[in-house]
Amino acid sequence: MIDEVAARFPFWMSGLLIAIGLYGMIGKRSLLKKLVGMNIFQSAIILFFIAGSIREDATVPILLEAGHGVAAANPADFVNPLPHVLMLTAIVVSVAITGVALAFLVRIHHEFGTTDEVSLLEQVRR
Amino acid sequence: MTETFSSAGPVIVVAIPAAGAMLVALSGRWPNVRDAWSTIAALAMLAAVVAMLPGVLDGRIPQATLIELTPGIDVTLRADAAGMIFALLASGLWVVAGVYAVGYMRGGNEHKQTRFFAAFALSLAAAAGVALAGNLLTFVLFYELLSLFTYPLVTHRQTEEAIVAGRKYLTYTLSGGVLLIGGTAWIAILGIDASFTAGGFLRNASLSTGTAWALFALLIAGVGVKSAVMPLHSWLPSAMVAPTPVSALLHAVAVVKAGVFGMIRMLAFVFGADMLNDMGAWQVIAAFAAVTLVAGSLLAIRHDNLKRRLAYSTISHLSYIVLGVAIVGPIALTGALLHLVGHGVTKITLFFVAGAIHTRTHRENVSELDGIGRQMPITMGAFTLASLSMAGIPPFVLFTSKFYLGWGAAEVEKQIFLVLYLVSGVLSAAYLFPIVVRAFWRTSDAFTRFGEADIRMVVPLVITGVLALAWGLVPNVPFSFFDLATDVSSAAFPDSVSVAGAR
Amino acid sequence: MLLLLARWRWWLAFPVVLVAVAASTAAASWELVVVLQEGTQVYRLGSWAPSIGIEYVVDLLSAFVAVIVTSVSMLVIIATRRIAEREAGDRLGAFYGLVLLLLAGLTGMVVTGDLFNLFVFLEISSLAAYALVFQGGRPAMLAGYRYLILGSIGGSFYLLGVGFLYFTTGTLNMADTAAALALDASARSVQAGAIFIFVGLGLKMALVPLHLWLPDAYTHAPSSVNSLIAPVMTKVGAYAMMRMFISVFPDGYLTNVVPIADALLLLGLIAIVFGAIVAVAQRDIRRMLAYSSIGQIGLIAVGIGLATPLSFVAAQLHLMNHAVMKATLFLSAASVRLSTGLTDVSDLTGMGRRMPGTMAAFTLGAIAMVGIPPTAGFFSKWYLVQAGVESGQWVVVAVVLASSLLSAVYLFRVLEHIYLRPAQPDAAHAPVVIPQGGSNDEPADAGESPADVIAPALLLGAATIVLGILNSWIVINVLDRAGL
Repeated sequence: MIDEVAARFPFWMSGLLIAIGLYGMIGKRSLLKKLVGMNIFQSAIILFFIAGSIREDATVPILLEAGHGVAAANPADFVNPLPHVLMLTAIVVSVAITGVALAFLVRIHHEFGTTDEVSLLEQVRR
Repeated sequence: MTETFSSAGPVIVVAIPAAGAMLVALSGRWPNVRDAWSTIAALAMLAAVVAMLPGVLDGRIPQATLIELTPGIDVTLRADAAGMIFALLASGLWVVAGVYAVGYMRGGNEHKQTRFFAAFALSLAAAAGVALAGNLLTFVLFYELLSLFTYPLVTHRQTEEAIVAGRKYLTYTLSGGVLLIGGTAWIAILGIDASFTAGGFLRNASLSTGTAWALFALLIAGVGVKSAVMPLHSWLPSAMVAPTPVSALLHAVAVVKAGVFGMIRMLAFVFGADMLNDMGAWQVIAAFAAVTLVAGSLLAIRHDNLKRRLAYSTISHLSYIVLGVAIVGPIALTGALLHLVGHGVTKITLFFVAGAIHTRTHRENVSELDGIGRQMPITMGAFTLASLSMAGIPPFVLFTSKFYLGWGAAEVEKQIFLVLYLVSGVLSAAYLFPIVVRAFWRTSDAFTRFGEADIRMVVPLVITGVLALAWGLVPNVPFSFFDLATDVSSAAFPDSVSVAGAR
Repeated sequence: MLLLLARWRWWLAFPVVLVAVAASTAAASWELVVVLQEGTQVYRLGSWAPSIGIEYVVDLLSAFVAVIVTSVSMLVIIATRRIAEREAGDRLGAFYGLVLLLLAGLTGMVVTGDLFNLFVFLEISSLAAYALVFQGGRPAMLAGYRYLILGSIGGSFYLLGVGFLYFTTGTLNMADTAAALALDASARSVQAGAIFIFVGLGLKMALVPLHLWLPDAYTHAPSSVNSLIAPVMTKVGAYAMMRMFISVFPDGYLTNVVPIADALLLLGLIAIVFGAIVAVAQRDIRRMLAYSSIGQIGLIAVGIGLATPLSFVAAQLHLMNHAVMKATLFLSAASVRLSTGLTDVSDLTGMGRRMPGTMAAFTLGAIAMVGIPPTAGFFSKWYLVQAGVESGQWVVVAVVLASSLLSAVYLFRVLEHIYLRPAQPDAAHAPVVIPQGGSNDEPADAGESPADVIAPALLLGAATIVLGILNSWIVINVLDRAGL
């Protein structure tokens, strides 16, 4: 059983981080902490993808020796590069969202003087 | 046998009032022009319907197929005998009701007259569509539009009471509509061609019992609301808050007759006699109609407010018609169709009188009408004619229809209903005759001098009152109602030996 | 480029946007015609063959949704020009930049044939939406932030689901995934993938109970924004779901193996009832329309959940119809707000006289929503009822029919206020409340809104009737061939 967990350790971590992230986003009152939770959540997903790209006895997907035909390289020697590429995009998306969220936070703080969800709700309802 | 031919006639009949509505709406700033448009449209519509009459009597049915509304189903307008009856009634009564309405609205200085007359016209267009619909989907289309276009009329006065009544009206009619839509959609998905066929188009569809009963419940409840069959009736008395021309329209021409007409379509053209007998479904409707028949009359006696009394009277008489169809017999069907016409013209007279009285004297309750015959003898004279008709006294039109209804009941061995008809006739007298008596045989200081209402109101009610008598004597003049009715019965009961008076 | 132009001559912003959207609409329509005649169109980005490269696939469904999104957006943008100028002020360039970004994202989602690409466009459009919603002043800030958080969860879940699928099938291309899954879809990871994808999309679509972001966002967003987002944003989420059903997962997988269809059906039914009931209780028109939208999305979800060709036709038809109807209603509300600054239902008392054009548009939209023939709304329900009968799902039939009545309750109540109740004399002098960003301080204009605001609204209102009458043509020629 430990083997099971150990073999898929990154995935379990990913799941754990998702849970933490979700808790942060929903359970915390501070808007900033929600944002942190969101980042953790998104990082977890990135971790998931990267973990899925791992192969046994494989190395970084970069061809070092120039000139040796690509066909000669055995794909099995390299980690799957596609998820890495996808995750670059996902990270960009995440950064953009975080940026926008931070901008929101600044404006909210400027306007309301607080970033606590409960007191914000009160102020808005008034 | 009838043959169908392609013609624009039915479309014209529906288009005229719709165009009239637009013209009315545009000429709002010139009241005389506007009301002229209204009257012209009514006359034109009547002319268009009458134009189709000779052909229909000959057995040549005009039909117009418009666009394909959903895959496989077209909007079809067909002027068969049954449709012609309703269309003639609607357009004919619109002419008189339109003139009456002008008198009423101007006499009472009502507001928003343009909206009123435009909605009036649109409602007639929808009613014509209901009358001439050739299949279920077309029927549902115009039925729903009718609910929509009559709403502004019911809530016209814009008082709190009117708004509440309007809500009730919409709730009932839209609910009924929704049930109709359900049934229609279901039939369509079963791949059945839903064109109205005398004898019922579901007859050959080999439906399971469960499906047949479910469709029955949906369709009958759907039209039952507008037919004011109990317990779906309570929108009608509430709707009395509308101006009287609207009540006249609702009770004689558009809405309730559309409901009852729908009932006729469902029972005779969708399900058909054979199915109703096999299923035993006729008993269900007959039961509800019988209860409504008697209960409506009883409730009418109780109410002092004249319009409300007339409302319950209508509820009762509509079930005459429903029962007549539910009995499943050719003679009864003829009677039901005649009653549709006869009740229309009779009831509209009564409402016209109520409106005239209200405009002239601001009185609404029966107890306040002692001696009014002295001031408004012509009006009350018409009222007397109509009362005699409602009670089923010969030779008025509702005697003729009740005769056929009763005979029809006896013909199919359901004499119990004959008894009910007679009882209700007595009750009708009970809630109407006292009014006549009070009007002429009692005196009161309030009414001493002659003072009829506006002539635009008096003339129509005299016309309709006289028609209530005339059509009893000569029902075929001038619109051949009797012949049309027997045509329908012959078509719906092709094996029947005796359809009295059939040609 | 738009931003730079706008900084230089701010009045250029709108024409550029208009040209862009008009071109977009034209392109989408042209594409629809092409697809109708020649079948599905395929374009390979950078000419890379699929499964290495990203492929754009435009079939009838894509073209159909694209036309809807672009044309409705175009009309809304035209109508809200003045509103946007007032609301965005000197940030107009940035505002329209975001609008274009939003549209780019939405149309991209519709035409892509690649699962990951869909995620990218999804997030692009969502980001633009978050920022746009945020512009609505104080209450909008919290709403926008919440929208951001919840929306990101949705997008991330979708991504997670795609990850599961990718690791099982080895491809991100929709067609290739379908082929791979057709061979063998037994792996648990596929189930997990399916669930995550649909949860993510459900959140974007605001399917109950994942709808929490919608009411606040639609209510507090600036008028120029909610008129734009409400009709189209959730629809594209629904489109994505349909795409999953049609082009990705094998037939029957989402019904028999993983009960996604049943879940959609159940949640849809709940949404219909919930949305309508809560809508009745609302005082603010925009909030009422927001909950109404939640209910209508439920109708689409039911159509998807029944998972038959007929029910999909119904869902697609309603996608179009609801976009048009909601655009009409939101534009009417926006027009009222522009002219008087009022947003409560009770403030509409007597508006029929003061703003006849706007109220006519609203009435058309309302009648269509209730589903009176021959408006478009009637036919959506017609096909849904038929689909319900066909599948023996009587609850569906009953709920769909009931939804007409429920809609009538909250919509006719508004109509009563508009036409039947006497106008309040003080309303004309109510203070104008416009979110910050606007620099004008003109007093409220108590009359009708200008023509360029009303005309698109009326056009959309008329469209509800025209589309209703033409629905048979649409169904036969477009949707029947686009379906399951």
